[in-house]
Amino acid sequence: MTSTALAFLSAGFGAGLAVLGAGLGIGKLAAAAMEGSARQPTVAGDIRTSMIIAAALIEGVTLFAIVVCVLLAIKA
Amino acid sequence: MNAFLIALTLTLGQHGGEQPAQGAEPQVAAPAHEGGHGAVQEQPGRAEAAAGHAIERDLQKGEHGAAAGEGSHEGGSLSDSLIHHVTDGYVLEYPGICEGHFAWNCELDLKEAFGDKLAFTVGGVRFDMTPTKHLIMMWLASIVLLVLLFASVAKRSLVPRGLYNFMEVLVQFVRDEIAKKNIGEEDADRFVPYLVSAFFFILFVNLFGLIPYAATATGNLGVTVAMAVFTFLITQYASIKAMGLGGYLKHLTGGVPWPLWPIMIPVEVLGLFTKPFALTVRLFANMVAGHIVILSLIGLIFALGSQWVALGSVPLALGIFVLELFVAFVQAFIFTMLSSIFIGQGIAAAHHGHDEHEAHGEHAASDDHGSHVAGHAPGHG
Repeated sequence: MTSTALAFLSAGFGAGLAVLGAGLGIGKLAAAAMEGSARQPTVAGDIRTSMIIAAALIEGVTLFAIVVCVLLAIKA
Repeated sequence: MNAFLIALTLTLGQHGGEQPAQGAEPQVAAPAHEGGHGAVQEQPGRAEAAAGHAIERDLQKGEHGAAAGEGSHEGGSLSDSLIHHVTDGYVLEYPGICEGHFAWNCELDLKEAFGDKLAFTVGGVRFDMTPTKHLIMMWLASIVLLVLLFASVAKRSLVPRGLYNFMEVLVQFVRDEIAKKNIGEEDADRFVPYLVSAFFFILFVNLFGLIPYAATATGNLGVTVAMAVFTFLITQYASIKAMGLGGYLKHLTGGVPWPLWPIMIPVEVLGLFTKPFALTVRLFANMVAGHIVILSLIGLIFALGSQWVALGSVPLALGIFVLELFVAFVQAFIFTMLSSIFIGQGIAAAHHGHDEHEAHGEHAASDDHGSHVAGHAPGHG
């Protein structure tokens, strides 16, 4: 396998793994937010705000990985 | 539903395409071009394929290098065209009259327009200050924002109405929910101008990128780095103002005994820079990723070479487009929220430094200083 092929392969794998991590993380976050809102509907608005903030932070980390994958895929 | 659309796309694409676009450009160019043309014209209801128009014209230029007035794109592949749409450049595209007839993709080459007038060398380093596409888009978004804001304050009355009312909702949201909650009641008003500016600027620049023929300036690493540097400078200024320079430097040591300082200080200094770095990459990657997904979905039509792929591809791209609208708002909000949290942390650290240390153990986020992170548990009281 040439280095170009390996770079493309790793870019693909990396993107998949990043999405896996983000999906698991944000899924757990959404589950906790739903449960919290169900237990105490009066603070549902605050919970929703915190959920969006936390989701954006998790997604930020995921996009670090995506940027690395895109760098690999472009340079390859 | 999405799975169905993807399956439909890929199945229908089997009939049209033989090789991927990178493989044999001249042969695939003609059927791919007509396929794309047919797809875009056969479904006039999909007006959102304006992005598709832009790709299709660019591919038309890329694969038929002989079209009039396009010396700058010759024989580009699909991924090259995608990269060209997302990155900065010197060519502005617009629909209009050029070379005597109406065309969908007239070009304005800024490098030719400015020549060498704005390029100079300072101390052996060459600076080229000719405006680029992202810079022009940033200026346009700023002009739209300024016009909107000045128009909304033109008629002031005791009871807000109309545009002023709408703007007031947003500004009040930033002031109350973001600034006052994270920085505290007494210090917030000093930083609200910066936070409101950052919020509106990023929001308008992000939204501008969704217009056909326009580009997202925040999809440029330089712009996001500049925003993060502003936040960094303001955070450090707030910290130093609250703690004094000596207290600020003492905070950098982290309160360990002095033999550990050579380890602690580099780590703390590095920790100072991770937050702006994260702000930069988060905003940049969110904006660029959305555009790449939309362009890839529409480029799939050309990669698979069949017009029927558009049946599945364009609705998916439309869905991602709506998500992009949401992401534009959320990223502006997150940038502003995180900036205010960092400023609040810098100021709160000053208060903690002056208090007794046993009080520090009792409340993680002390309420009596009037600053609390949004959404902390109600039990903390």
